[in-house]
Amino acid sequence: MAYFEQPERILLQVKVGYIALTIALALLFNLMPWNDLVGVPDMVALVLTFWCVYQPRRMGIGMAWLVGLVMDAGNGALLGQHAFAYAFLAFGAISLHRRILWFSLWRQAAHVLVLLLACQALMLAVRMIAGGAFPGPLYFLGSLVAAALWPIATFLLLLPQRRPGSVDENRPI
Amino acid sequence: MDYQPPPFFSRGPAPLVRLGFFVLLAVLLMVLDARFGYAEFIRKVVADLAYPLQRLALAPAGLLDGAGDFFTTQVALRKENEQLRAKDLMAASDLLTVEALRAENAQMRRLLDARERIPRPATLAEILYQGRDPFSRRVVIDKGSQQGLEPGQAVIDDVGVIGQVTRVYLLLSEVTLVTDKEQRTPVEVVRNGLRAVVYGGGDKGTLDLSYTAANADVQADDLLVTSGIDGTYPPGLPVAKVSKVERNAAYSFAKITCIPVAGTDQNRQVLVLSRETGLPPPPAEAEPRAAPSPKQKRARAGKS
Repeated sequence: MAYFEQPERILLQVKVGYIALTIALALLFNLMPWNDLVGVPDMVALVLTFWCVYQPRRMGIGMAWLVGLVMDAGNGALLGQHAFAYAFLAFGAISLHRRILWFSLWRQAAHVLVLLLACQALMLAVRMIAGGAFPGPLYFLGSLVAAALWPIATFLLLLPQRRPGSVDENRPI
Repeated sequence: MDYQPPPFFSRGPAPLVRLGFFVLLAVLLMVLDARFGYAEFIRKVVADLAYPLQRLALAPAGLLDGAGDFFTTQVALRKENEQLRAKDLMAASDLLTVEALRAENAQMRRLLDARERIPRPATLAEILYQGRDPFSRRVVIDKGSQQGLEPGQAVIDDVGVIGQVTRVYLLLSEVTLVTDKEQRTPVEVVRNGLRAVVYGGGDKGTLDLSYTAANADVQADDLLVTSGIDGTYPPGLPVAKVSKVERNAAYSFAKITCIPVAGTDQNRQVLVLSRETGLPPPPAEAEPRAAPSPKQKRARAGKS
């Protein structure tokens, strides 16, 4: 069923502190010692995409760039690699944000998959130019897992906005 | 006349302009980092700011490890104890001969007026995690500039060379493994003293003995140890074992593949050797040469 056929919920205003908290948690997830595990999703990219789609006026390309820089320093990657890719990711998500929300959750996930894959491909291209080793095709598995997590991420990240500020017997939402 | 939209509609620069600005900034940073190494200061500042976050991210893994240690069975401990005892006994006989050999060696060196090899001070460190960057082979250890580590120090485990410290933060350091694609290690073949440089094989976890003449005397199962002429690694530390030698008449170089001796992927405790060599400084160059290309510079950085 398409999104516009569903009854639409009116969401509460998002708090900037909550956006910052979710990004910090995603960073925490990314900085965990995953060692050689393949298919670990890039949570930061997923959360950034989410906020760019839902709150394009609160989350922007500059913020994504800054978060990317922290990822670079924390990971020991080429400085600017994640910043570069995340800036493109944020741009793609912001330009698509009016379109994406008209689809059902799984079709939204397909859009997100394309964005995340493009983001990873950019990073791969940058590192190959800088002389890195090709990590194998399983490198892209992370994006697939992240896109599959999109419905869950949508549910979890919108949770505080679904809760009414004051409980009212006569209000349906 | 001014036809600007009213201020409550203004959204700042267009997304494309913002994208262009930040992409340019990122490219600038990448070029500075990859080609010139000027971005290290920014990296250090950001990494030190992100350090609490990193430590926090390591906590769950530490808890799991602790739980694993707690539930180690007594049987396993006793078995390990027995094994260690047997190993100790075997090592003891070796140790006795080593003492005698060391004394003899020292005397002969004095006779030869050779420099006595000074045992270097070392720092014990623990590998915290493998770098998340899938394009390189690095590990992060729990000692940093606070503990006196500096870039370029050699890192070994109980069997041989693991790699080299390449980046030092306040409380962490990054070690590039010998198997990294950008890492070079000067070695010599134990059997005949042939000197060469091994290159990391990248993702395969192997090493390549590149630019060795096709007729060079290298065979499978030859042990490669550090040559020590670079002044970074102490001489004689095992690095790799030759696994395959392919000689093709079409190429002037043999294709030699080696397997690292040290457990580059297994050990947790490593030793970081200090850089004091006791060697005299290299002689001043006669005339200034042309500036080396970045490629050469990187190769040298890997060696030094």
